[in-house]
Amino acid sequence: MKRFSELIQQLETSNKTNDKIAALVDYFSNADDRDKPYVIAMFTGKKPKRPVNTALLRSWATELSGIPPWLFQESYSSVGDLSETIALVLPPPEKITDRKLHEWIKDLAALTGKPDDVKKSFILDAWNSLATPERFIFNKLISGNFRIGVSHKMLVNALAKQSDTDSNKIMHSIMGKWQPEAITYEELIEGAHVNTDNSWPYPFCLAYALEMQPEELGDVNDWQAEWKWDGIRGQIVKRNGELFIWSRGEELVTDQFPELHFLKDELEDGTVLDGEILSIKDGNVQVFSILQQRLNRKTINKSQLNDAPVGFYIYDLLEHETQDVRGKTMSERRTLLEEIVSKLLTKDVALLSPVITFNSWAELAEIRQGSREMNSEGIMLKRKDSLYHSGRKRGDWWKWKINPYTVDTVMIYAQKGSGRRANFYTDYTFAVRDGEKLITVAKAYSGLTDKEIKEVDSFVKRNSLEKFGPVRTVKPELVFEIAFEGIAESKRHKAGLALRFPRILRWRKDKEAEEINTLEDLRQLLNSTLS
Amino acid sequence: MSLIKFTNKGIYCEQGRFYIDPWQPVDLAVTTHGHADHVKWGNKAYLCHELTKPILHQRLGTDLVIETLPYNKQIDINGVKLSMFPAGHVIGSAQIRLEYKGEICVVSGDYKVEFDGISTPFEPVKCHTFVSESTFGLPIYKWQPQDIIFNQIRNWVSDNRDKGKTSVLVAYSLGKAQRLIKNLADYCEIYVHNSIANLNEGFVKAGVDLPDTIRITPELKKEALQQGIVIVPPAMAEGKWIKTLQQAATGVCSGWMQVRAGRRWRSADAGFALSDHADWPGLLSAIEATEAEKVFVTHGFTATFSKYLNEIGIASEEVKTQYGNEEEEEPTPTTIEAN
Repeated sequence: MKRFSELIQQLETSNKTNDKIAALVDYFSNADDRDKPYVIAMFTGKKPKRPVNTALLRSWATELSGIPPWLFQESYSSVGDLSETIALVLPPPEKITDRKLHEWIKDLAALTGKPDDVKKSFILDAWNSLATPERFIFNKLISGNFRIGVSHKMLVNALAKQSDTDSNKIMHSIMGKWQPEAITYEELIEGAHVNTDNSWPYPFCLAYALEMQPEELGDVNDWQAEWKWDGIRGQIVKRNGELFIWSRGEELVTDQFPELHFLKDELEDGTVLDGEILSIKDGNVQVFSILQQRLNRKTINKSQLNDAPVGFYIYDLLEHETQDVRGKTMSERRTLLEEIVSKLLTKDVALLSPVITFNSWAELAEIRQGSREMNSEGIMLKRKDSLYHSGRKRGDWWKWKINPYTVDTVMIYAQKGSGRRANFYTDYTFAVRDGEKLITVAKAYSGLTDKEIKEVDSFVKRNSLEKFGPVRTVKPELVFEIAFEGIAESKRHKAGLALRFPRILRWRKDKEAEEINTLEDLRQLLNSTLS
Repeated sequence: MSLIKFTNKGIYCEQGRFYIDPWQPVDLAVTTHGHADHVKWGNKAYLCHELTKPILHQRLGTDLVIETLPYNKQIDINGVKLSMFPAGHVIGSAQIRLEYKGEICVVSGDYKVEFDGISTPFEPVKCHTFVSESTFGLPIYKWQPQDIIFNQIRNWVSDNRDKGKTSVLVAYSLGKAQRLIKNLADYCEIYVHNSIANLNEGFVKAGVDLPDTIRITPELKKEALQQGIVIVPPAMAEGKWIKTLQQAATGVCSGWMQVRAGRRWRSADAGFALSDHADWPGLLSAIEATEAEKVFVTHGFTATFSKYLNEIGIASEEVKTQYGNEEEEEPTPTTIEAN
């Protein structure tokens, strides 16, 4: 555990990728072999079942530290991380144990289903035998939320370097289905489990946002254009009579989309498709907010199936007749894909993502203006001779998104951030005008520079009107232009509508609070997207 | 009648007709210590501890009327008995004790209870009314003994040397810098930024036993710096000069480094939770030792800390002041021109 805690500290205190990779390589070269698969599982978001819930941990920590609950809450607001808050408020440990990471994880897993008093005595004893940094790690093991700025790519690069193995192979291996208690580090690196596992997906090929003029991409004939769909990126795997649907988040979502299960009977074994999961009704792609009703549900009722039927727009073929075809060019893959789709008996559910024909960049730019009517976010550009890369590679695939919607709002609430920004007011709530009143329409965290954050922070501190726990009501004075991707009706929000993916586009220091948009402006926009 | 009042100019003693750490110009400013948020320019006269005098000259110029006092010596100002007691915050920092007709009030400025090796250690003073800071007034702030932190710093420096990196410690020029110098000078050569070197000269002249350091000049060999420790104030931490060093690794020394978010926000390579302010247990023990009936909390987590004091039976009130920004208000140091 101590060694792992050191790793975490090294990862956290460096902001240089090379240093982080060096720290990971060093860790995987020296750590206990039995710990390593657990660490990889944690860094790739494989969460064990939470053995003890947060409310209990909080109450035990509060009790043990002898502070009133409100003071615990204030501390939490300041720290921004529950595991860390608990580690810091507890009294110093009376003994020190150096147990292995995997032993702790196994013991925690064994707590599941035990009565609360058994859980409590185990947790309290653990807290009392760990120093603050290890306590923090221990708490993180319970919650399973380990977010410390190690991307999959970074982890894979480190593992590849440490084991002198090809990084694509490792990406495959760690993305598949495996349990840390049932696999050794060597087996994981070699991908021993991958061949026997029908479900494993390929790493998605990702696109960069196009920041230049499309003319700079050269000859239009070298490029294929498609709509950029606003759904869930998905990979459909059919092997040995089994069907698996993976989402971009590397989650298996097969059960959530029964409409696509026919592919189990209609696709050949050894076929892997890449595409977009969308809600498609009467041949039209519906807006994301409709698809959203279908996500992360354990059961799906009839009306949901009826209102938000799911379809799949296929844009690539990764495995054909059990062969990995990612090394073929996109034109070759597209030809094979068209053949596969044409053989499907069930029509209109799994479709080819249409290719846009265009003769000049100017023509494509014009077509792109119509993206919103298609409920698309813009255009995807893919080089016809491009291979299917693992992850992001600059130059072959580009997303050319349409500009977002924007609205001018005034900031009315501010809250301190969490993580890196826990001591600054960084989370803001914005409102538009509705007659004499201000109505909240969005909450946003990102989009300002550190310098601007400091400036807003100082404004908040000087201009707060009221205090509700960590939230401050602020004099409505600062105007921000909020960008968003879509708008939907919402019964939960006072405004009766909700903005999708709102973020701060810029701080409009040139505008006064009187000049902001009205709720009526947004209602009109909503009606125009629904019709 | 109460001995002190909180006015828009600062903490005022009406009976004595003087202010303590005022933020607007007054006739007589009794000064707890030399940090920028406690000393403003433009007062007709200053009264401070002997060792704060060189700091005021350094920061506000030589054209000042300054009276000084040693610790534990009582004087009379318009009938109010005034004396200074060590606050342990930085060199020369003092708690101001006021007594008038048997009523005693102590304004502590900033303080810490742990002995830092160089500032005269904090001394609790019994009083009726105590004015306290609460910079780290949350139970998440509990400092490790400084020996442990200094060992961590030494290990970090040695690690940097092995990797060919230059160790740059970021610390306030007044207080933290001298504390680092005193505790690390036996380990290796220490190179300091102008603003620190200037203050050090003043302290040495005033008789403070401060180990020798080397002032950073453009002529210094970068290889020499790599073998030692470089200390710069926060305003220099992200400056151009640092980038000219051989692979600078920056280590921020501040109580805010206790929390991971604080470490990441500063985007330093290392954070050391070394503070010149009292931690949570320190604040509570200091306040209990005063046996005060009333505690005013001036800066920091004022609302939270004051609420907690009331809950544990110590009458307390938060007061809005302009203290608590010693970092942001530190004068911008002159840059070092690289060759």
